[in-house]
This record gives sequence, C-alpha cells and structure tokens, in this order.
Amino acid sequence: MSPHPASENSGIWKLIFGRLDWSAIPIHEPILIATFLAVAVGGAAILGLVTKYRLWGMLWRDWFTTVDHKRIGIMYMILGLIMFVRGFADAIMMRIQQAWAFNGSEGYLNAHHYDQIFTAHGVIMIFFVAMPMITGIMNYMVPLQIGARDVSFPFLNNFSFWMTTAGAVITMMSLFVGEFARTGWLAYPPLSGIAYSPGVGVDYYIWGLQVAGVGTLLSGVNLIATIVKMRAPGMTMMKLPIFVWTSLLSNVLIVAAFPVLTAVLALLSLDRYVGTAFFTNDMGGNPMMYVNLIWIWGHPEVYILILPLFGVFSEVTSTFSSKRLFGYSSMVYATVVIAILSYLVWLHHFFTMGSGASVNSFFGITTMVISIPTGAKLFNWLFTMYRGRIRFELPMMWTVAFMLTFVVGGMTGVLLAVPPADFVLHNSLFLIAHFHNVIIGGVLFGLFAAINYWWPKAFGFKLDKKWGVRSFWLWVVGFWVAFMPLYILGLMGVTRRMRVFDDPSLQIWFQIAALGAFMIAGGIACMFIQFAVSIINRDKLRDTTGDPWDGRTLEWATSSPPPDYNFAFTPVIHDTDAWADMKKRGYQRPTGGYRPIHMPSNTGTGIILGGLSVAFAVGMIWYMWWLAGLSFIGILAVAIGHTFNYKRDYYIPQDVVERTEGEHMRQLAMQG
Amino acid sequence: MASVSTIDPAFLDKDGNPLFHLAEEPHHPEGSSTMLGFWMYLMSDCLIFACLFATYAVLGGSYAAGPGPKDLFDLELVALNTAMLLFSSITYGFAMLSMEKNRVAATQGWLAITGLFGLAFLGIEMYEFAHLIHEGATPMRSGFLSAFFALVGTHGLHVTFGIIWLVTLMAQVAKKGLIPANQRRLMCLSMFWHFLDVVWIGVFTFVYLMGMLR
Amino acid sequence: MSNPSPPPYSASMTVRRLIPSTAVFRRFAPVLLLPLGACDWVVMSPAGDVAVQQRDLILVSTLLMLLIILPVMAMTVWFAWRYRERAKAKDYDPDWDHSTSLELLIWSAPLLIIIALGAITWTSTHLLDPYRPIERIDAERKVEPAAKRLQVEVVALDWKWLFIYPELGIATVNELAAPVDQPIEFKITSSTLMNSFFVPALAGQIYAMPGMQTVLHAVANKPGNFEGFSANYSGAGFSNMRFRFHAMDQAGFDQWVAKVKASGVNLDRAAYVKLEQPSEKVPPLYFSSVEPKLFHAALNMCAQPGKRCMDEVMMTDMHGGAGKESAHDTQGLRHDGTIDVGGFHPLPPGKRGEIAQPAGMTPAAGRTPAAQGNEAPGQKDADGHMGHHGE
Repeated sequence: MSPHPASENSGIWKLIFGRLDWSAIPIHEPILIATFLAVAVGGAAILGLVTKYRLWGMLWRDWFTTVDHKRIGIMYMILGLIMFVRGFADAIMMRIQQAWAFNGSEGYLNAHHYDQIFTAHGVIMIFFVAMPMITGIMNYMVPLQIGARDVSFPFLNNFSFWMTTAGAVITMMSLFVGEFARTGWLAYPPLSGIAYSPGVGVDYYIWGLQVAGVGTLLSGVNLIATIVKMRAPGMTMMKLPIFVWTSLLSNVLIVAAFPVLTAVLALLSLDRYVGTAFFTNDMGGNPMMYVNLIWIWGHPEVYILILPLFGVFSEVTSTFSSKRLFGYSSMVYATVVIAILSYLVWLHHFFTMGSGASVNSFFGITTMVISIPTGAKLFNWLFTMYRGRIRFELPMMWTVAFMLTFVVGGMTGVLLAVPPADFVLHNSLFLIAHFHNVIIGGVLFGLFAAINYWWPKAFGFKLDKKWGVRSFWLWVVGFWVAFMPLYILGLMGVTRRMRVFDDPSLQIWFQIAALGAFMIAGGIACMFIQFAVSIINRDKLRDTTGDPWDGRTLEWATSSPPPDYNFAFTPVIHDTDAWADMKKRGYQRPTGGYRPIHMPSNTGTGIILGGLSVAFAVGMIWYMWWLAGLSFIGILAVAIGHTFNYKRDYYIPQDVVERTEGEHMRQLAMQG
Repeated sequence: MASVSTIDPAFLDKDGNPLFHLAEEPHHPEGSSTMLGFWMYLMSDCLIFACLFATYAVLGGSYAAGPGPKDLFDLELVALNTAMLLFSSITYGFAMLSMEKNRVAATQGWLAITGLFGLAFLGIEMYEFAHLIHEGATPMRSGFLSAFFALVGTHGLHVTFGIIWLVTLMAQVAKKGLIPANQRRLMCLSMFWHFLDVVWIGVFTFVYLMGMLR
Repeated sequence: MSNPSPPPYSASMTVRRLIPSTAVFRRFAPVLLLPLGACDWVVMSPAGDVAVQQRDLILVSTLLMLLIILPVMAMTVWFAWRYRERAKAKDYDPDWDHSTSLELLIWSAPLLIIIALGAITWTSTHLLDPYRPIERIDAERKVEPAAKRLQVEVVALDWKWLFIYPELGIATVNELAAPVDQPIEFKITSSTLMNSFFVPALAGQIYAMPGMQTVLHAVANKPGNFEGFSANYSGAGFSNMRFRFHAMDQAGFDQWVAKVKASGVNLDRAAYVKLEQPSEKVPPLYFSSVEPKLFHAALNMCAQPGKRCMDEVMMTDMHGGAGKESAHDTQGLRHDGTIDVGGFHPLPPGKRGEIAQPAGMTPAAGRTPAAQGNEAPGQKDADGHMGHHGE
C-alpha cells in the first residue's frame, strides 16, 4: 500500500476496514477503470432486465436454489463461460504486451499489472474455467447416462456449485479492490510468503482457491457415490458408458488430490497470517516442500481435467462413426492406469531443482510410461472410426482436430520428460506451448465437442452449424498460429513470464503469436454468435425426438430437455451402448402405469453458505477480523440449522408425470 | 457384446425377452449413499493429515537453533491425553450399542460422556499448548514447532468440530428420537470420532514417542 | 542471442553410443536442422558441449516419437476420409469392436518406443547430471584428469547476478566470462527468491535457491557473447535479470580478468549487503577483490552483520537443538523480511509504463507494509517483535 494519512489507517478505521483503504481502488489504472465501467454498465443492464421482466422469483426458485443436477450443470457451464471471457482477456493482454515491449519499449503494462495478469490467467483458466466446465458436463450427463434421477447428494451438489462460484467471485473482486497475486499460478514461496508479497494478492489467491476447493472436493465425493450407488439395474461396472468411467476416475483423482492443495494452501496461509516457518527461507522452513506438495496435487489435476474429455471423445467418436467403441475394456484399463500413474510423476515439474540423476530419471520414465495408455486410447479412437460411417457434425470435427493436435502436445510432453532435455526447455515458452497444446487441444476442444454434442439434449434444439464451423476453423488455425511461434521461441531460449525483451529478432514471432490469439478471439466470438443465432432460430433447429444424433447411451432415451425426473421409469440395461441396444431390439416406450416420483426439494442453504464464504474470505484478506469471525459463526449456524430440516424431498404426482410423458409421446408421434 | 443369454433372468419378461424397465421402481433407500460418501470424505481428510505428517517428517528436525522435542514434550501429560481420547472412543461405542437397542436416554447419556472426555482431551491439549507458548516454543519459533502445532492443532480442531457436531446430534435426538436419519448421522459421527482416534495414535507414536527418541 | 555463426551440426559421442540407429539419425538430422540455420535457435545450435548433447537428445527423442506420431496422424486423416459417411465404405461394421491382435499392437508399439526412450533417459540423465563433473570437452576431446576446472560462485540477487571467481579473487555483476574449452564448475545460490541460472548456449539450467547450493558443470567450445538470464520468475524485476556470458580464448580471458582487477573496487560484506538490495537493469559491475568466504556467507544467509550462519544453526539442530532456554533467543536468525522485494509499489500517476524502481537502495524497513500501519500478523517474529530488524 502506498503511504496514506495516518488518520485513515489508525483507530476505528483500521478496526472496521483492516488494511483496506482508498489506495486499494485502482483509480490510476485506466485499463481497470474502463473494465470496471464496462462490467458495471453490463451488470446494471442485466440486473435491470431481470427486474423489469420480474425474473428474480423464477431465478431464485428454479435456478439458485435448485438441486436438479441438470440445472446445476448448466449453471456450472455459464460460470465457466463467463470466467473464460475474463481468462482470455488476460491472455490477449499478455500477447499484446509481449508483441510490443521490444527495443526499449516497456509496452503498455507495468510489472505490477503484468505479473498479476499472467497469474490470474493461469488460476482462472484452470480453476474457474476448466474445472467448472468439466464439473458441469459431468453433473449434467453422469446421472442421465446411468439412468438415475439425480446425484446421490442433491443438496451437496447445489452447495458445491455455490462454493465454486464464491471462489470465482473472490478472485474477480481482486480486479477492482486491491490486487491479485503476482507470483505465477502456483504461488511458489518464498515469493508468495509475507516477506516478499506483503499485499493482498496472495491472500485473494489463497481464499479464492480454498473456497472453490471445498466445492470441487464435495462434488467429487458426490459424483463417485452417484456412480457407485445409483446405476440403473443391469448396469455393471463393465457396462458403464465410457464417459461415466472417465468421470469416475477423474472424481477419484479429485478426492485424492484436492486435500493436498487444501493442506498446502493452509500451511502457506499460516506462514502469512501467523508467521510460522513452513516455507520460509529462515527459521527452519523449506520452500522446496511447497513445490513438491503443490505438484502432488497439480499433476493429478491435469488428468482430472483431461480424463472426462477423453470420455467425451470416446462417446462422440462412437456415435458419429455409428459404431461400437473399439476396445472398450482396454479403454477402461488405460484410464485406470493413467489415473494411478498421475500420482507418480509430480517431480517432472522441477527436474531443475537438483534432485539427482536417479530420482530425475525415475520420474522422467514414469512420465513417459503414461504415454502408453494414452497412445492406446488414441488407437482405440482410430479403430472406432475404422470401418465406420463417420458423420462430420461439429462434435466429430472437434474430435478429429483434437486427435491431430493432441498427439503433438503429447510428443512435446514426452520430450520434456527427458530430464536433460528439460534442463534446456524447462520454464521456456516451449513448455508454455506444450501445455497449451494439450489443454487447448485436449480439454477445450473436448469441451467444445461436448457442448455441441449435448446442447440439443439440454435445450431441445441443435446448435447452428454454420457459425459452429466458423468458430471451429478460427480456433484450430488460431491455435496453431498462436502456439507454433512459442515452440520456436522456446527453442530460441526464451523463458516464460517475461514482460520486456532485448533481442529484436524475437519480435516477429511474438507478433505472429498475437495474430493467432486474435484469431482465437474470433473463434470465441463466433461461438457466442453461434449460441445467440441458435437461440433465435431455435424453432428451426428444434429436435423433438430427444435423439438427434442417433445416440447410443441412455441420455438419448429421454426427451430433450429431460423432465425433472429424467426417466419416467428407471431403465434396465443389457449392454454398454444401452440406448443403441434398446433401439435395436425395437424398444417401445411405455404409455401408462406411471407412479409418483420421489425427488429432492430445493433449498437456499447452498447460496447462503456461498455468500457467507465470500464475506469470510473478504474479512480474512483485508484483516477485517470482525467480519471474518461473524461470517464464520454464520457459516456454522446456517450449516447446523440446515441439518434440523428433515423434510428434504417431495413426490412428483402421477398425473404430472403422465402429462409430461404424454406431451413427449405426442411430439414423437408428430415426428412420424 | 452382450447377448440375451448373458442377461440376468430378473431382467427378462415371462417370454424370455429383455425388459427395459421394471414395473416396480427399484428403490434407492433414503441415505443409501451416505455412508459411502462420508467414508470418502474421511479418506480425503486422511490425506490432509498425511500431508501434515509428511510436513512434520520434513521439518521435524529443523529447530532453528531452538529447543527440540526432548526439551519440550511432557510424555506423562500426553499419555493422560491419549487415555481421554481412547476412553471417549469406547464410550461412543457404548452410545452406538444403546442406539442399536433403541434406548434414547442411554444413547444420550453415553454421548454426553463422550463429549466430556472430548472436552477433557481438548483442555489438556490447550494446557500443553499454553505451556509451550509460555516457554517461548511458539509455532513461529522454528519449522519443527510450526509442523508440530499444525499437525496436533489440526487434530484438535477436528475434535472441536466433532464436539460441536455431537452436541447438535444430541439436540436432534432429543427432538426427533432415534429415527433412521438420526441413526445414520450418529453412524457418520461415529466413523469420524474413531477416525480421529486412529489419527491421534499416529500423532502419539510419530510425534511424541519418536520425538523423544530423536 | 548474437552468436555470430551457427555452428555446423556434429553428432555427439554420447548419443551415438546410446543407440545404434544414430546413423539414420545423422543422415536426417541436418535436414531437420536446415530451417534452424536461418535464424538463431540457440537451443538447437548451442556453443557448449553439454548443451550440444542436450540438443542431440531432443532430436533423438523427437525422431523416436515421430515413428509413432506420424503414422497416427496419417491414419487419423486417412480413416476420417476413407470412412466418411458419403463414401459409403463397403466394410462398414457397426458391431466390430474388438481385435486381440490389434489391441496387442496398439499397446506394444508405444511400449517399445518408451522402452527405448526410457533407456536413453536413464543413461543420459546420469551422464548429463549437472552435478557430475564433465568428462569431455567436446565430441573428440576428453578432459585431462589433471585439468583445472574454473570455479565460479553464482549468487542470484534481486534482480541481477553476482559472479565470484574465488581462485582469481575477483567478482562481477551481470557479466560472466570463461575461457573456451576449459571446464567450469558453477556453485549457485540465491539471496532471497528462487531463480534459475540459465545460459542456453552453454548448458541446461538449474535452480538458484536461497539457503541452498546447486551445482552446474559446463564447458564452452566456441568464443562468443551469449545471453544468460533467470529462467524462473522472481518478482517485479525478473524481466531484466539478464547478463552476458563471454566465451573467449585464454588470452582474451586473461585480459578480461586484468580489466576486472583494474576496477579497484572491493566487494566486502558491507558492499554486498548494499548490493543485495533490490535493483533492476544493473549494468555490469567489476570488483577487483572479494572478501573471502563471501559466497559462504551469502549461501548461509549471514552476510548481514549480526546474522547467524545457517550451517552453524543446522549443526546445532543435528545435535538436538539448543535446549529449552534457546526458545526465546531468535537473535540473528531472521533473513526473510530484511530485504524487501515485494512491497506494493503503485506508480505515481503520469509515470505509467515506467518501471517501478523500488528506490533501489533504501533500507527495507522503510518500505515495509508494517511501517505503513498495514502490519501483517505473519510479520511478527517469535517474540512478537516486528520481523524487520533492519540491522
């Protein structure tokens, strides 16, 4: 904080506001002021519209307090998309700065601002874009694919969502009040310690992740329990849809990895708040321990992100090749092997710490071994296409683009796993290109495939193909234009997180990369246009069958969007591709005999706890101890109060089920 | 590939054709996943303790030219403390036995005794901490002490929340009796309480006993 | 990056020993390197033998992996085209989902490649271990057993590099020089933050960490003026934490040493403590003499007066600590917080775009948040004193 009049920082002011004062408001940063104005105007417009059309009641009843896994899934996707815009804005600002800051120019961002941007970009893209989006997809699809009515713990599901959102809110607040961490996305000490980062940035980072982490962990527990306990009759583990398998293992990884993040961030906060000596240079602390612990979480994390998308690619390839998935069981075993191995490779993130040749080569080789099951998966997708009838709808296009992109990322990954090669490539832009190659090429392309694939299920109409194709080409070409130069720059010995450059011969590569980033921006714009155009033309794009792609798994057996209760009768499963099997055997929809359906009731507890968590985090970040204390007591009280509510379910009456199903049957009949 | 022959006979109709739904809804009884879910939560909590144990293993010898375990630990006090926690686990077991027999008053009584043992444990622990801090052996003094206070303190915090939870459950049993929902909750707390016992045995062995041998 | 002429390609001995197929590799490598010759891809055309071997390893691994990657990519495109819906492929079989021989192939093909790559990894990681004294000057020449290794002690400061030549009794900031073909042994540490010492033309990087020493063995084979920098982000001044590495012939090196010695500036502890304070874009500085054991003091975080050295503290710890009474005695143990590199340094309006130079040499205590009434509880030490002793 810059020096301020003593009056502001003393006495009653300090008691109430802690270390918050006017210097925390970035009025000297025009970029932030403009952003704030845009957000404020946009936000006010949205709030105004919601009020004008009297939507608050609907929002509260049907969305904020919902325990329906489908609505929660959609809310996760919306959260992910909003945060994606923020994360991408950070990305493009970095690309512009790096394309600009040559020949003595400082660019347009000072170190204080730039260092926050690259930290925020990483944190937001991983924790608040990729994680919510995969959780959203899993939330929506897993219960449908296993023929369940909802998840095992519907209230917990709502609570998890609001905790994730609370984490995102905390992180976003740092944009306008105070600062975000300037440490890089994993906040290595000693830089992230109180001595070297005394501001609020690292505290925003810690509390944003801790609060969101609670949500992630609980949603992991929830989905595992759902998959283990709620499967439809006949669905043995080896008849699970492959997406459910990959989701299961991804959630096992969540439950087994996120506690480590919680613990390590808690120790870092003890160092910062209490003055302990876990990760300090002096007093017997050990910063290397932080690096080890955070990567014990961090490496499984990348598999948490990619595994469900491997499932998506499997479903998409099989559906659009109109063919059974090749090598189902080897696919399952490959996923299991990847999940286990993901815990044995963390040290490859810091070969350069000097662990010695034997340790380094052990971790290098375990890392390479992961490429064997991953390679097997790729071949399985290939042989699923082989002897198929491939329909190049958008999801399939994304899948083929993934296969061609991901192999390159995989190859550079194995290259980085060779310790002596890593010594020259570590922390370079080659590394940056590598992990964007796998995360964009794998996770993002997978999410786009999933969105295009399952959108008609969620909303009852397909997405517009023309804009989808535009988005696809801009993304795919833009990706290569943006990241090929980074591979090259890495081989030219350029390291990451640089703000200014000396060597003018590098500039052209950064300019090409910036061009690629703008192409990607076009791809994102096309995607949003695609959504808008599709919503406007929804009647033309309407799918009344509930099965627009000739799908193979259970989610396509019900109407689009599915009724609250998913299935009027719990289905019985005889084959992995349950719905394809049902179609083949001439399955007839039941027309009567409906019963009342037992469902969980909505609750506002989740959103209240999320709000209190934000208040608690603000109190901790700004040293407003009274606020932290009160909101913590509030959290306890609300949580305990919630347990006194024993009436958490209701029955959907038989006539409602009859009416809903009758409507669907009528539409199917009209279809012919 | 599944063929009709491999289908569970329960899922065939009387003509031997596969059924695609059962006339009767297969019932997922209320709370049927709770135990599994809670067990997974416990395992994740166990990982937090694993991290703290690992931290203690790494920093346990970094005294920063300060006092070491032999200078600080009072084994007799810790043994007393351990006894309190072990007794509380036994009395919780009695509470569960009473619950099985549907005896509300006995269950409540044993729960109260369990809570008192828990409070005694916490009291002794706080006395130990206060004594250490008074001697200058604060969590800030060295990496060893930071790791010690974090591990033992996290366990203590768990016990504290366990007691809050226990009181809440007693209120709920008083209000609603030993209905299935409350029984399920008591089972969860039971798992939690015994889990803390197991962790404490690890702490006692790894931190206190082996600390004296260092 | 101003290496005058990219060196012609030469296959390395190590790698040649490792895999029999190097002949193939040698035939194709120049083709691969062709586009690289045009510009200055320092990682692909380094000037030191260690980096050359690392480069070769990158090429070998890439070629090995391309053995499987290229067929996969080709198959993807081919299958996608061959089996597109409109082609109405005659062999369409919606139920074909298993083939034991194919499954065997798809698991064993990557496995074989990884076995080969794993073997290369194991040997090369040991041979190119930065801690291992190098055994060859380049592909043709061995290091004589009696050959002297140039000792260089490296301290990463905020945000510049200090190089101490203990045998020559000189030191420099942001300029490193070494004679061509003489093995160098770097001992590396850092004063406050984690950095990474990296001269791409010379050898791979290794972290520079406070209170710890890492080691790097390397040799330069070609004269030139190369870039060195920190490859691990370390705060606001990181972008400008660069230095030049001059590889020169023996005569040139002797002249350079003489030039440094002519500076007449002594680097004693007081000067070091001042140097340790954060600063950016520091031009090369020469010190004609260095206080003995300065590196030891920097490594053990006891350069500032009144500090206790880490090695003594650790020795005490090895013997079970310093007893009950030592609990209150924290004198001279604090290091973090005595050098402030992290403070919130907002720019005064109107000076945007300029670097927030944290007033370089002002005493740390003057700029800590504590001094401004924003005291963080974590900054109190064991006795409840503020952490910044400002000794």
